Amino acid sequence: MNMDLLIPIIITLVGASTPILLAALGELVVEKSGVLNLGVEGMMLIGAVVAFAVTFSTGNHWLAIVCAALAAMASSMIFAFLTLTLSASQVATGLALTIFGTGFSALFGQAYTGKPIIIFDSMFPDELENHPTFRVFFDHSPLVYFSLFMVFAVWWFLNKTRSGLILRAVGENDFSAHSIGYSVVKVRYAAVAFGGAMAGIAGSCFPLLLTPQWAEKLTAGRGWIALALVVFAAWKPFRLLAGAYLFGLVMTIELYTKASGSMGLLPSEFWAALPYLATIIVLVLISLRRSGNSAAPACLGKPFMPGQ
Amino acid sequence: MPNRLELSGITKQFPGVLANDNVSFSVKPGEIHALLGENGAGKSTLVKMIYGIMQPDAGEIRWNGQPVVVQNPKAARRLGIGMVFQHFSLFEAMTVLENIALGMDAKIPARELEAKIRQVMQTYGLALDPHRTVATLSVGERQRIEIVRALLLNPKLLIMDEPTSVLTPQEVEQLFTVLRQLASEGCSILYISHKLYEIKALCDTATILRGGKLVDTCDPKQETSRSMAEKMIGTNLKDIVKPEGRSFGPAKLVVSKLTTKKAGHFDVPVNGVSFTVRSGEILGIAGVAGNGQNALLDALSGELRGDDANAITIDGKGVGLLDTNGRREQGLCAVPEERNGHAAVGDFTLADNSVLTARERMGMVGSGLIKTSVAKLYTDKIIADFSVKALGPQSLAGSLSGGNLQKYIMGREILQKPGVLVVSQPTWGVDAGAAAAIHQALVDLALAGSAIVVISQDLDELRALADTLAVINMGQLSEARPVQDFSVEEIGLLMGGIHGTEAA
Repeated sequence: MNMDLLIPIIITLVGASTPILLAALGELVVEKSGVLNLGVEGMMLIGAVVAFAVTFSTGNHWLAIVCAALAAMASSMIFAFLTLTLSASQVATGLALTIFGTGFSALFGQAYTGKPIIIFDSMFPDELENHPTFRVFFDHSPLVYFSLFMVFAVWWFLNKTRSGLILRAVGENDFSAHSIGYSVVKVRYAAVAFGGAMAGIAGSCFPLLLTPQWAEKLTAGRGWIALALVVFAAWKPFRLLAGAYLFGLVMTIELYTKASGSMGLLPSEFWAALPYLATIIVLVLISLRRSGNSAAPACLGKPFMPGQ
Repeated sequence: MPNRLELSGITKQFPGVLANDNVSFSVKPGEIHALLGENGAGKSTLVKMIYGIMQPDAGEIRWNGQPVVVQNPKAARRLGIGMVFQHFSLFEAMTVLENIALGMDAKIPARELEAKIRQVMQTYGLALDPHRTVATLSVGERQRIEIVRALLLNPKLLIMDEPTSVLTPQEVEQLFTVLRQLASEGCSILYISHKLYEIKALCDTATILRGGKLVDTCDPKQETSRSMAEKMIGTNLKDIVKPEGRSFGPAKLVVSKLTTKKAGHFDVPVNGVSFTVRSGEILGIAGVAGNGQNALLDALSGELRGDDANAITIDGKGVGLLDTNGRREQGLCAVPEERNGHAAVGDFTLADNSVLTARERMGMVGSGLIKTSVAKLYTDKIIADFSVKALGPQSLAGSLSGGNLQKYIMGREILQKPGVLVVSQPTWGVDAGAAAAIHQALVDLALAGSAIVVISQDLDELRALADTLAVINMGQLSEARPVQDFSVEEIGLLMGGIHGTEAA
């Protein structure tokens, strides 16, 4: 494969992976605190529609990202209130959040259907951005650099800071954390809020980075891939990065086959289904390999009810 | 000098139970104060209120003479109260260092903390590698983490909740040295235990609770173990009735060169274990937790199956290849160490739990259906014979306290009248009265001709119960000898891995 094709593929791949990576990083922190939020897809859609609306009316991308993060965070607080304060089932509430986000974004986005916005592009000087080789490093949206920074930041937070230690402790053994004197519910609220904000930013990637035109269900199930990716990465941020780019590669192949019309051996629907197929295969392989000895946080998905 | 801690009129009401009823006592600086009582007497609740996990409904706590409200454990630690829990509040997937850091309120850099930990460990002779993951440690080692964690805070009052149940006699002696050293430095100790001889050896004062009420405060050195036990249970204590110098029948359970594969990283496998238990004999297996007891029990019960049928024989018949049910049919019943989740299903009723292990032997199934009335009757009998405190056969196993669930499980297996019974920790967490009843039931079963294997860390229990004794260490079993031939020191040395020592 020559460089003329390789470099655009890498750039597309990195762009396509970024929303998955951001959402999965948020969910990783949430799950490390012992909460399973299946509402990632819904929160991403809320982030996507808010980012689109703000960009459409103000043209300010940064403002759009902040608003997307805040809106998705607000929706995650509904989830947190139901599951953490009222101890509702995390699975059911998370699914409800996804349904809510899908409906909300469809309703709120109706007015914008088919309308375009300007993409949030690279901010480097043109010489770097258009350099035949080095553009592989520079021709990316600021959101891409942000996602890479967050990989490191999440790793550092979880493994090197005291707050990260407490968060892991809460996810590992909530009753022990409670008896030592940490507020399990407060830590989990904070984690869910962070996960919501990250899902919102992930959602904003769709209009700002990938398809600058509003359409219903813009995120196309990528929130579910993010959820699977957390398991695939065994709750480790750097493995998450590798996983996200692997999925990005599969999705890029789909785009290129569609665009070039080649690879006529298989219908384009096959390539479109490939990322989801890969998700299922990865989950099956992981379950086989790690039966009985899971790397999952021990309290994942269990409601915390401090009784006697 | 004011009292370090003073409780007056502490009362705590739970739905349906008065856990503490107007309890008052005081602890002096440097005093080692025992808190005694049966399961459900209210010791844990009382201690939780001192440590700020719960708030009393009425009454006052005074600290160094000043009335205080202990809002939460953090506030307790700020006052200088440390606690070592019975059920360790540890995080399995984290290292020793991380676990200790979590228990510290002050933010100390990891390197500095490690230095401090090493210093405390050296001062008090507690060996531990700060970088090991807790999941790979034995129960005894886990306890050391808790002790180090508490000592790092320089406590003025240290609460110890049943700390010695997992230690060898030498380790207990070591712990006592630590506690005496602490007390001489002015730290008060509130010591919860049901091992009365330990309380006599260690404590200056004992407060005895029964049914949530304070029944007596006494000097344990002036009391006998028996008199304190009787105050605890409120009636006279029965002795184990065991005829002296009886002879045993033919060999019933013969184990030869039993070896298991690696049983996961929580326990070591057993390696070339051989022993014989005769009809009417009780064999005690002593050892510190994590030396292969779990693997041995699983290999005997059939959960771990070997590849040699004759490694285990019952009445001369090789059962080494049979599964759990097959072995039950041959008359071998087993009680694993973990009560909730292994020996019983917490979300099932007691009647359903009876069906799980007793269905064949007690005729609870016919033409593929469960005979619920038979299961209920059997469960009722267990509840009555072993005085299990439960509402009835329909109570969920998980709703019973640890001691009551243990009584139920022991009853479930003993009443099946198995030819061979293998039990691990038959009286762990059970109070003196109930322990005596379980011990008597085991002796009666042996007198009726069964062969019994008791795996335990409680040497008192083994010395009272067993006819012959062997010690397990690193998956290997010492030669079984009559229990009278062992001295406590020798058992301790064997448990610690020093073989071939002459009997003292």
